[in-house]
Amino acid sequence: MSADDPSDADTTDGLNAFVTRETVESDADGPLAGRTVAVKDNISTEGIRTTCGSAMLAEYVPPYDATVVDRLREAGATLVGKANMDEFGMGGTTETSAFGPTRNPVDPERVPGGSSGGSAAAVAAGEADLALGSDTGGSVRNPAAFCGVVGIKPTYGLVSRYGLVAYANSLEQIGPLANSVEDAAALLDVIAGPDEHDATTRYDAAEGGAPGATDVPNDTHPADATEYAAAADGDVGGMTVGVPTELVEGADDEVVDVFEDALAGLKAQGVETVEVSLPSVEHAVQAYYVIAMSEASSNLARFDGVRYGVEGGEGNWNESFAAAREEGFGDEVKRRVLLGTYALSAGYHDKYYEKAQDARAWVKQDFDEAFAEADVLATPTMPVLPPKRGESLDDPLSLYLMDANTVPVNLANLPAISVPAGEAEGLPVGMQFVGPAFGEEAIIRAGSAVEA
Amino acid sequence: MTATDEGAEANGEAAGVDPDEVRHVADLARVDLDDEEAAAFAEQFADVLDYFAALDEVPEVEDEPDLVNVMRADEVGDGLSQEDALANAPDSEAGFFKGPKVS
Repeated sequence: MSADDPSDADTTDGLNAFVTRETVESDADGPLAGRTVAVKDNISTEGIRTTCGSAMLAEYVPPYDATVVDRLREAGATLVGKANMDEFGMGGTTETSAFGPTRNPVDPERVPGGSSGGSAAAVAAGEADLALGSDTGGSVRNPAAFCGVVGIKPTYGLVSRYGLVAYANSLEQIGPLANSVEDAAALLDVIAGPDEHDATTRYDAAEGGAPGATDVPNDTHPADATEYAAAADGDVGGMTVGVPTELVEGADDEVVDVFEDALAGLKAQGVETVEVSLPSVEHAVQAYYVIAMSEASSNLARFDGVRYGVEGGEGNWNESFAAAREEGFGDEVKRRVLLGTYALSAGYHDKYYEKAQDARAWVKQDFDEAFAEADVLATPTMPVLPPKRGESLDDPLSLYLMDANTVPVNLANLPAISVPAGEAEGLPVGMQFVGPAFGEEAIIRAGSAVEA
Repeated sequence: MTATDEGAEANGEAAGVDPDEVRHVADLARVDLDDEEAAAFAEQFADVLDYFAALDEVPEVEDEPDLVNVMRADEVGDGLSQEDALANAPDSEAGFFKGPKVS
């Protein structure tokens, strides 16, 4: 199976947005009754294969549902399939999938972005009303921007990661994609909240007091007190929007023009804009890739061809393990596992991993200072227009640099939304709003004002 | 060459990467590579590591994470059945995963 051979995928839609099409209806009469949802193929679905876009997991059928999938079902949603993605989430174009690339519904010669490219393409093409993606360094916002839909990356800890196949677990969150800010926010309302299976969603002991007070109710999770869909009211009068100069200067001119027009539209609605500076973001892409690759090298060690995955065949454990991974992993996954192993190896740990953690803390500080001056920050989501397929795959570094505006948000564990801001050369341009931790309502409100 | 030997080099000039070094790391990571892959990765890793080298300019930053202990009761809950846990294994025997020889 090669990246150019989508023979194993369902291509009836011509976009190759799904790895597996399977409809699962729900009888529940909840807020998503009658709505169809595509689920990224790294989110576990009981009884439906979950491939992560990898040959390694082509036959893997999870024995349980991710928490977010349980919540979709309880909300009455109809699942329509498992969305295509870059292998294990490693890519920004959905070209590294072992099941073939997904096409952008706006222009089939172009990439849909990634890694949640199938989720965004399905929503943009009307194949699903809503979709779930996952965002480790921009993987929800990037395809939302490139396909002209809305995508939200929640604050770390807002949404359970139980059942999400881990790539870089200190960075990633599951997030919604939809055709409108209100729809995306309504899906966030359904999936957000504490989960006993994911300790990072537990705020009860944090607020409630004594460790060991095990009967403290889960009533202090930030999602419990909020209704995100209600925040999509476009009411931005008096809001202060900070514009980080570093993240606008790096974008292509045609993208900046659309961004500036959208900012002007916000000012006309009563928004005040201020320039802010985030000097640390110069190092954000470096820090992000060192941390993400390091975590990946550890997380992907579980794919050993014994408990699941491609069997390694003859030889001792190490030989069999290495053979399984040569066969099961694609190029980009091997690159990241190797670079992560290198960054963590003796003699390099201090030079790369420790410095990346310093940079991560610095990025957090910069955002804290910026939020002293502004309610939300605005940037172009992607510094470029969606590239044509095959343009950049052989130059990994140029692909990594495309993530300049999205990765700082993951390093700082913050929430962000991408909303369509307009078009350049007939292609969609996304505008990103970043909020303080658990400030989802503010970014949803700002996003809804751009849309209006 | 061990990873520690390479570390000494890393403190000097931006590390050039040759296919043997790529193979050494691939060995540590338990990933087989063919010659073509090792050669292509060596070239790409040189670019990426050169870019990562700019992290050297990052100052030390005091990070005071707002961490608290989160405890829960240690109660017995439902887990996967043995059958479910084995369902995705390429090979199993008598209710156990079957792996290759250990050495």
